[in-house]
Amino acid sequence: MAYQKVAIVGAGITKFVRRAQETGKELAFQASKMALDSCGMTLKDVDCVSLGTAPDAFDGVHMKGEYLSDGSGGWRKPYMRQFVGGGTGVFAPIHGWLHVASGMFDTCLVVCSEKMSSCYPHPQGAFITIFDHTTEQALNPTLIWIFALEMNRFMSAYGISKEDIAQVSVKNKKNAMDHPSAQLPMDITVEDVMNSETLAWPVNRLDISPASDGAAAIVLASEHTAKRITDKPVWIDGVGWNLDTAYWATRDLAYPRYVEKAARMAYDMAGITEPKREIEIAEPYDPFDYKELHHMEGLLLADRGKAVEMTVDGVTQRDGDRPICPSGGALGVGNPIAATGLMKVIEIFLQLRGEAGPRQVPGTPHCGLAQAWGDLMQVGTVVVLRS
Amino acid sequence: MELEKYELGGTYYKEKDLKDGKLLSLDWKPKLQYAWDDGVAIGRYLAELKKGNIIARKCNKCGRIMIPPRMFCELCWRPTDEWVDCKDTGRISTYSICYVNWDASRIKKGEKPHLPAVIEIDGASPGMGIMHILGEVDPEDVKIGMKVKAVWKKPAEREGSITDILYFKPARR
Repeated sequence: MAYQKVAIVGAGITKFVRRAQETGKELAFQASKMALDSCGMTLKDVDCVSLGTAPDAFDGVHMKGEYLSDGSGGWRKPYMRQFVGGGTGVFAPIHGWLHVASGMFDTCLVVCSEKMSSCYPHPQGAFITIFDHTTEQALNPTLIWIFALEMNRFMSAYGISKEDIAQVSVKNKKNAMDHPSAQLPMDITVEDVMNSETLAWPVNRLDISPASDGAAAIVLASEHTAKRITDKPVWIDGVGWNLDTAYWATRDLAYPRYVEKAARMAYDMAGITEPKREIEIAEPYDPFDYKELHHMEGLLLADRGKAVEMTVDGVTQRDGDRPICPSGGALGVGNPIAATGLMKVIEIFLQLRGEAGPRQVPGTPHCGLAQAWGDLMQVGTVVVLRS
Repeated sequence: MELEKYELGGTYYKEKDLKDGKLLSLDWKPKLQYAWDDGVAIGRYLAELKKGNIIARKCNKCGRIMIPPRMFCELCWRPTDEWVDCKDTGRISTYSICYVNWDASRIKKGEKPHLPAVIEIDGASPGMGIMHILGEVDPEDVKIGMKVKAVWKKPAEREGSITDILYFKPARR
């Protein structure tokens, strides 16, 4: 395939908070400005802008892409919004990659901004319309249903205990104590997770990531441009995305086949044949603790039903053999839907550059992965990065 | 760059600050209405539910008997071929014991937890399920793999909706 090589050269992020005083536009501006500043660029150097933001229903603003365009630096530029639900944050760099890899542009500012708090009393209410309006909404589902149903299926398919899954939450919330953006950094135990309020068994409150406001941004550049901007470019060597049926009750909930397909697409492109060995560090999407495990398996980083053992054995700790979610993930840093995936991409970018500060994993990895997931439990988005 | 060296944006405020008027906000309650057409496949599905039947649709190429029924097979990407009558029984594929309402508010004190489940319907292809709720069963007695049967509204009360099935209850052996 003929395309330009594309690197990440700069990054910016806001704090993730339950309610931000800033508007979505202001958050987008803060993250975008920081991303450009971080690599000594100005908006004039930006050829095009890609925006990722999740459901309009959160903000109650229709055409949210247009609404957020000024804060994202998109005015009077080729500007486009993309949206694949919770998968948006990792689809955003893929979307930006397409712009630059194609040869159409040499630089692209990729921005993800999310303001969930406008919807109250709780943004979860906005999710009712993701269910089929005729065959499902009439049953008054809450979003947690689908996670609880999938988690139970996952647990029963492989005989996994809630206690073992809770270790993911303990790890990620602890990792988040070292992340300056973190909303829910916590030093907790498995017992704390087990004793937290049962919302929809098997899901307890501390199994879930919070609702958040926040923004993140990265700067992409073609190979010859990147080398002028930084001596530490991080290359997007593989991209993959895939969608399964919205008839979610008719597929095997124990295994995310669409995540595997997205991963295989990215691995093929990056020339990765043994992901378990070659992917040194990963940020799979963890809106619920079991999802980290579910996704590690879909990403072929663990055998089916075995990701939990890696967690229990400490392999996925920051100082373990395969650090998973060293940022603190959605569970610890927070989950402003689209911005979460891009936060994960930024974490891998920093880790590969050896710039993750107190979160830096030992041995400065050279190859890492970020993944997001969403829509009606049906979309997987993956990027493979190398230093 | 290290995040630690930047002053990050994003200013947290409490819900109380808003209520106390420390921060100004505008309130909007959308008054919108929608009428969703049922479509060809789901229209027939609902009409049959009103009669107390569960129907599926078969693709003769891949052989799948699909529920909810659909007029095209999304895998073979061709029109489906025939209607198939299913039973009103099935098997619990997965379930949850839920204490929150659709908007994340908590259920009332003393209210029984909701029991959403995926039920694989007898007569459809294996693995083909629908989301519904369970009833006439204690939460602790629910098991994956349990056989269940639909409990229907009285014929006069049915309106051609998925809620014409009140819930699924454990099937008697």
